[in-house]
Amino acid sequence: MEGIVGYGAYIPRNRIKVEEIAKVWGADAPSYKKGLMLEEKSVPSPDQDTITMSVESAKNALKRAAIDPVEIGAVYVGSESHPYAVKPSGTVLAEAIGATPEVHTADFEFACKAGTEGMYVALSLVRAGEIKYGLAVGADTSQGAPGDALEYSAAAGAAAFIFGKEKVVAEAVETYSYMTDTPDFWRREYQYYPQHGGRFTGDPAYFKHVVGAGKGIMEKAGLKASDFDYVIFHQPNGKFPFRVGKMLGFEKKQIEPGWLVSKLGNTYSGSSPLGLTATLDISKPGDKILIVSYGSGAGSDAFIFEVQDRIEEVRNLAPRTQQLLEDNINYLEYGEYAKFRQKIKKAE
Amino acid sequence: MTTPSRYWREIPQRYRLEANKCQSCGTVNFPPRLVCPECQKRDLVATKLAEKGKVISYTIIRVPPHQFIDQAPYAVGIVKLDDGVNLMAQIVDCDFEDLKVGMKVRIEFRKIFDEGEAGILCYGYKFVPD
Repeated sequence: MEGIVGYGAYIPRNRIKVEEIAKVWGADAPSYKKGLMLEEKSVPSPDQDTITMSVESAKNALKRAAIDPVEIGAVYVGSESHPYAVKPSGTVLAEAIGATPEVHTADFEFACKAGTEGMYVALSLVRAGEIKYGLAVGADTSQGAPGDALEYSAAAGAAAFIFGKEKVVAEAVETYSYMTDTPDFWRREYQYYPQHGGRFTGDPAYFKHVVGAGKGIMEKAGLKASDFDYVIFHQPNGKFPFRVGKMLGFEKKQIEPGWLVSKLGNTYSGSSPLGLTATLDISKPGDKILIVSYGSGAGSDAFIFEVQDRIEEVRNLAPRTQQLLEDNINYLEYGEYAKFRQKIKKAE
Repeated sequence: MTTPSRYWREIPQRYRLEANKCQSCGTVNFPPRLVCPECQKRDLVATKLAEKGKVISYTIIRVPPHQFIDQAPYAVGIVKLDDGVNLMAQIVDCDFEDLKVGMKVRIEFRKIFDEGEAGILCYGYKFVPD
């Protein structure tokens, strides 16, 4: 049996409220809150980036997996905000957890889908018998251009999963991917902020691919929406996951435990993976969980997991995701936020 | 200026808190040493520092070295780790009025500083409230 043997999350303590951003740009906060179903978002401290959050989430995954990091044969970091343009994030992560030097490492990048990409490859290598354990992290400290709609949602967080054949917490029952070339969101080389196609990011992009992957995996597995206890969709805002859930026949209560976006924001490559960690935190043995990511450009990866008895032993070995979302919060004003995110031009 | 080679040499300590322990007198050395400074024996084995401890002293840095200007003001503390070793590092994610001698902290992996816009990023350990 292959699947998740350990999982971990990390969320920075800083938050900024929708009102605080709207105030600066003269925007109408209530309409953003209602329209996007967003309250606040996480913000990394100046000393936090994709690498540091990857390390902390991976350490939490290791606590739950309770394995020797030397046995990890692959370390993958999926992100659209790797701190270096050239130099891997994965080598720092592998070194920090003590998995080097006998390890395969790579950085993935595919807008918000890079985290599940790493998960897919790590799981596949375990299935193929090439490695004993594989670690995949989805992490981002994404930036929305000041005043752009994305500024209200682009957040920071990381989720890590260790895959293996022994000590399985959630068996990977099925996988499925759905891709096309769709230019709905992009960032060119040397550009600081991304650009997006506005409403074009909806129907032909998010909804087409999430529905495509959701339907595809359920057909492949011979399951229907009501067979699942929980479902996690990529969360670019609060509304999209519920709308796509309805399109696929899911009910609100199946979506809610992994729906973190209103208090967390969109953590890009960490978004649906963090939703999976929060769902595993409250799941019972035998529960079936569907996760469908989405990355602009565009595509979705889908996984079906079946929770195993070992969940009861491991869930309290590391902080629960809801706890990370609620504890030791620090609300920022826009000025501090702009400083933290290096949006202020300083003298050389 | 931290050169890449110096940063690289310190990775085992900065990332993983690798130390060594004297088998003869029990002294833990961080960074590891070849000869025990207490008993001058060479019978040292690799170990790792504990990741939790209690603050025994702290200060607030308001006039920092140039690499840390964007982080100031910030707290630096000496922490007695659960294995008895005293370790100095920044204490972050804690409002200054909440800092107390005796408070419980744990290690987190953070960016320590970067070498300007184009240089290497230097990572390592800081303390956060536990």
